[in-house]
Amino acid sequence: MTATAAVDAAGLVKTFGRLRAVDGIDLHVRQGEIFGVLGPNGAGKTTALRMLATLLPIDAGQARVFGVDVTREPHRVRQLIGITGQYASVDEDLTATENLWMFGRLQGLRSADARAAAKRLLAQFDLEEAADKPIAQFSGGMRRRLDLAASLITRPPLIFLDEPTTGLDPRTRGQMWDTIRGLVTEGCTVLLTTQYLDEADQLAGRIAVIDRGRKVAEGTPDELKASVGNSTLQIQLAEGADQELAGQIVRKIAGAEPVLTPESGRMNVPLDTADRAGDVLIGFRQSGVAITSVSVDKPTLDEVFFAITGHGADAEDDADRPGTGTSEAGAGHETVLEVQ
Amino acid sequence: MTTITTAGPASAGPASASTGPLHAVDPVAVVARTRPRTTITETVSQTLIMAWRALKKMRRNMEQFFDVTIQPLLFTAMFAYLFGGAISGNVHSYLPLLIPGIVAQTVLTTCMSTGVNLREDMEKGVFDRFKAMPISRIAPLAGPMVADLVRYLIAAGLTIVTGVIIGYRPGGGVLGVLGAMVLAIFTGWALAWIFTWIGTIARSARAVQGMSMMILFPLTFLSNAFVPVTSLPGWLAAFVKINRSRTWCPPRVAWPIRASSAARPAGRCSRAWS
Repeated sequence: MTATAAVDAAGLVKTFGRLRAVDGIDLHVRQGEIFGVLGPNGAGKTTALRMLATLLPIDAGQARVFGVDVTREPHRVRQLIGITGQYASVDEDLTATENLWMFGRLQGLRSADARAAAKRLLAQFDLEEAADKPIAQFSGGMRRRLDLAASLITRPPLIFLDEPTTGLDPRTRGQMWDTIRGLVTEGCTVLLTTQYLDEADQLAGRIAVIDRGRKVAEGTPDELKASVGNSTLQIQLAEGADQELAGQIVRKIAGAEPVLTPESGRMNVPLDTADRAGDVLIGFRQSGVAITSVSVDKPTLDEVFFAITGHGADAEDDADRPGTGTSEAGAGHETVLEVQ
Repeated sequence: MTTITTAGPASAGPASASTGPLHAVDPVAVVARTRPRTTITETVSQTLIMAWRALKKMRRNMEQFFDVTIQPLLFTAMFAYLFGGAISGNVHSYLPLLIPGIVAQTVLTTCMSTGVNLREDMEKGVFDRFKAMPISRIAPLAGPMVADLVRYLIAAGLTIVTGVIIGYRPGGGVLGVLGAMVLAIFTGWALAWIFTWIGTIARSARAVQGMSMMILFPLTFLSNAFVPVTSLPGWLAAFVKINRSRTWCPPRVAWPIRASSAARPAGRCSRAWS
C-alpha cells in the first residue's frame, strides 16, 4: 500500500453566495482504508464529498483520486468511484434488477454481464426476493442496500458513502456496517460521512472532524475519543449557585474541565473511565452539593465538538430531509451554543 | 470492455465473467483502464439505454399519456364544432384549416412536457447517480427525447384519425399525411431541445410549465393555425404574418404561403396535409 493516495485533496473551497460551505479542507485518504468525515448537519461534509465525486465544481484548491485530477479529468475520476448518498439513489419506477442492469449497461457491461452482475449483487445484499418488486415497496434498509449495490456494479476502487445509515433502525444499521467493512476486504477504499461518533468509531480507521466548512481535527477514533474521555458524567445540580463549587470539585477529583449549562444548572464531565463517576459523586456529597439527577453516558458528537471547537454541535436535526447538497450548506450553521 | 474481472477457471458457463468468485479490486489496473472521454458509439448506446428507461417509466405511469391522447381527441372535436361554422361556414370546410393547426399544437404541447418531465426527473436522486457515472453528459437528456418520439407519433396520429372520423379528407393521400406527420414530429423533436434546455435551467417543474406556456400559447394561437389572417386587425395580422408559418414550418416551406391566395392561408404547408 505504498501506492498513490485514494483521495488527495488540498485546500478545497466551495462557496454558495456569501456562505463558505467548505472553507479550505485538506483530506488524505490512503488506499484500502475506511476514512470517516464526521460533523454535524451543515458542516460541509456532503458538499466536500460532492466536489470529490465530480458532482459540484471545485471553487478553489485541488483534488486527486488515485492520482487523477478531479477538475481536469472528471470523466476518468467517474470511472474510479461509486457514490451512495443521502440523495444519489436509484430509479423508483424501475425494479431492483432493472436498476442494476441499467447502471451496468450504462457503464459498458454487455447485457448478459450486467444481468449476471445484478443477480450477484442482489444475492450479496440479500435482496433476491425483492428483485422484481417496485422500489416503492422497499423498506428503508432495503433501499439503502440497493443504493449501495448500484454503486458497486462495476466494482470501483473508491466508494463514497454519504451518511450511509442515517434514518436506519439499529439492526439494519449493524448490517450496513458489516457490508461496509466487507467492501474493504475486497480491496475497496471507503470515504464516508457521518454525524454519529459511534459510527465513525465502529468503521473508520481514521476520522476528520469537520465544522463550519473547516477541518478541526483528524486522527484515529482512539485519539479523538481521548480528547473527550471515554464516558461522560451528566449531573443536574439542585442549586444553580453550587456551580462554582461543583466545578472545583470536578477539577480536583476527575482532573477534567466540566462543561456547564448555567441556565439549567446542568454539568457534563468527561471521564477516562466510568468508575470515576463515583469518586465525583462522593466528592459532591462530602462538600454538600445537592444533585437532582445523574447519568453516565458515552461521549456524544456534541462533546467531541465541544472539546475540539469550544462550541456544541446541533446534530439533533434529522438528515432525512430531501434536497440537494446545497441544502445542507443552506441549512447553515445553526450551532447551538449551550455554553460559553 | 467489461470492468468485472474473472477469477479463475472453476465456474463454468458463459456467465462466469461475473458469477464466479471475484478478484480483489486492483486500483492500479482500474486507473490504467480509465479513458478520458466517451466515444460516439458509447454515447449512442447510453442514449438508447436511457430511452429504454424512459419508455419503461412511461409504461408504468400511463397518466403521462393523457396529454397526447385526450388533448388531440378533445381539441380536435371541440374546435371543429365550436369554430367551424363561425370561421369557415361549416365544420367540414374548417377541417383542412384546423387539423394541421391542431397537429402543430399538440406536438408543441408534447415538447413542453418533455421539458417538464426532464425537470422532475432531474430533481430525483437517480440523476445524481447519472452525473457521477462515467457516461456521456448528453445521454440522460437525449434518452428521454428519443423515447418521446413515441408520444409525438401518438399525438400527431390521433389528431389526424380524429379529423378523419369527423369528416376530414386529406388531399395529399396516405403518403402526404405520413410525410406531414414525419415533418411535424421532426419539427416538434427539434423544438423539444429548447424545452429540454429550459428544463435544465429552470428551478422547478412548475417553472418549466409556466415558461413553456408563455412561449407556446402566443405562438400557436397568434398564427394562422386556427383562423384566416384576413380576419385579424392590422397589427395582429402583421405579427401573424411573421409567425404564420404554423410556428413550426421551416421558412423555406413557409415562403410560398405568400403566393397563395388569402382563401388558402395555410399555403403550401397545409397542402401537404390537405
